[in-house]
Amino acid sequence: MQWNSIGEFFAMGGYGFYVWGSFGVTALALLIEPLLLRKRQNDVVTSLRRERSADERQK
Amino acid sequence: MSNKIIHWFKYGSPQSFYPLAGKMIPWFWALAAIFCVAGLWIGFFVAPTDATQGEAYRIIFIHVPASWMSMFLYIVMACWAGIGLSLNTRLSSMMASAIAPTGAMFAFLSLWTGALWGKPMWGTWWVWDARLTSELILLFLYLGFMALQAAIDEPRRADKAGAILALVGVVNVPIIYFSVKWWNTLHQGASISMSKAPTMAITMLWGMLVMALAFWMYSIAVALQRARAIMLERERHTDWVKYAVE
Repeated sequence: MQWNSIGEFFAMGGYGFYVWGSFGVTALALLIEPLLLRKRQNDVVTSLRRERSADERQK
Repeated sequence: MSNKIIHWFKYGSPQSFYPLAGKMIPWFWALAAIFCVAGLWIGFFVAPTDATQGEAYRIIFIHVPASWMSMFLYIVMACWAGIGLSLNTRLSSMMASAIAPTGAMFAFLSLWTGALWGKPMWGTWWVWDARLTSELILLFLYLGFMALQAAIDEPRRADKAGAILALVGVVNVPIIYFSVKWWNTLHQGASISMSKAPTMAITMLWGMLVMALAFWMYSIAVALQRARAIMLERERHTDWVKYAVE
């Protein structure tokens, strides 16, 4: 391993801004996309359930 | 023989694919997490410091896999769209629509990480060179595909229009890939060559390949999730959807 301390790891040899800017935004994007998808799925399932219970009440 | 064929095509319909995809998604998430941890470990703790670029080169571990994914996903999307167009199978078209946003995200990440890598190494965030410009066009092709589909109300017509755009746009993928050979560009050559011995340290290569696998697994999981949502949204007035959500 080439890091002697945690500080050195985060400094990335002076390129910390560029390296963490890349990894940070990538991590953020890969976290947000599944969360938005889960919301989309929950929304459609909720509205389908509501429709179904409304149908059943009408009968 | 004919029984087997029928059995195989069973999964070509949304109502039987929906529960199957639901069962597959957790496995792809698990694989994505494992490969991601392994890839980041190799990228940050095993791979040595680069002789010329110092630590800045570590951006390669997401830049190259994200760029590969943006190109692969486009080809996969165009294949599904083409199958949907020629065989008129609605599930194939739904798969194409499910892949587009993820592909666009990887194209954006490729450009974003490239800019953050270009600034310290070339002294500029952006240049209008062949590699960068063709990757930007790829992002616009994804966005154009999504906008075109969103603009047409009737889903099957939207599928057909999108498919034609996707298929025409395929020509851009080899242009991106070979741009560094065909034109004089600031961008370095291909990271991996099929015909030459690897020029980079073997651990760097492994880090990149494992991260690429992580992105693959992520893309499959996310595309299946989006396909499931699209199935419910589009087929909400059919009987199978009523029984799919208890």
